[in-house]
Amino acid sequence: MMEALHLEGTEDAPRIVLDKKKGLMEISGRSLPEDSTEFYKPVLDWIEQYAKDPNDSTSFVFKLEYFNTASSKVILDILYALEDIRGIKVMWYFNEEDEDMEEAGQEFSELVEIPFEFVAY
Amino acid sequence: MNFIYDLHRTMMSQKLILVYQGDFTQETTKTILTMAERSLQALDEDPALKRKVFNVMVELLQNIVKHNEELMHAGMESQNAIFLIGREPHRYTIMSGNPVHKSRVPELKGNLDRINSLNRDGLKDLYKEIIQDTTLSDKGGAGLGFVAMARKSGENLWFDFPEMSETYSFFCLKVNVARE
Repeated sequence: MMEALHLEGTEDAPRIVLDKKKGLMEISGRSLPEDSTEFYKPVLDWIEQYAKDPNDSTSFVFKLEYFNTASSKVILDILYALEDIRGIKVMWYFNEEDEDMEEAGQEFSELVEIPFEFVAY
Repeated sequence: MNFIYDLHRTMMSQKLILVYQGDFTQETTKTILTMAERSLQALDEDPALKRKVFNVMVELLQNIVKHNEELMHAGMESQNAIFLIGREPHRYTIMSGNPVHKSRVPELKGNLDRINSLNRDGLKDLYKEIIQDTTLSDKGGAGLGFVAMARKSGENLWFDFPEMSETYSFFCLKVNVARE
């Protein structure tokens, strides 16, 4: 069984929960690291492992308050890594008053072949 | 001691609510963001406006840090930069000034001119184009930060490169965010 990856969020780093057993995959909060490649490496490694033997269905949750442009490139890398997983779906949460975050999700959805579900909160 | 009063008056007349001058690192960036966020909170601004201003601040500050790291990698000394936030009745202005090597100026100008020539849809296409380009390093991104700032601003980015010395220019950048 794969080990879960759990990172507590900080004022500039998101909270990350990747747990195959519980079927929880979520990135939430603020993603403002300057060196986003280094920060997200464990996430991309985890997904690479998961993709070899995924659950029957996978909902990957993004619930971001802010993300910087350095993170946007890595978010796309994460989506690319998820793309070939069977039964994959992205749940893109956005604050109901945050049009920019909704639009950002739409833009990502146009760049990959993954069904996106948009959820206002 | 007159300069203290002069500086104070300048800050008042320019409606500056935050000025930081000094060395810029990831740590100072964090501190400045926390301070600025507290000011916005205290001013009870509209959440959507707060988010836009915050996003522009993050990109501007990380841009300064990136340029400073470039100078140091090139064997030059870390240089002081300046970051300012102004609040006028109809808009916020987020501004930065930092030394860049003169050889970087044509590329920066080119990126900024191109961004200013684009409308909303053009900026969106450019943004998508840049994030898909896997050949770019995570540091550079060919002005991705500028594109994001222009999208948040909805107005042209204002810039200038006054000469500091034979080697350096001072990269001044101003981003307006309208208060609706």
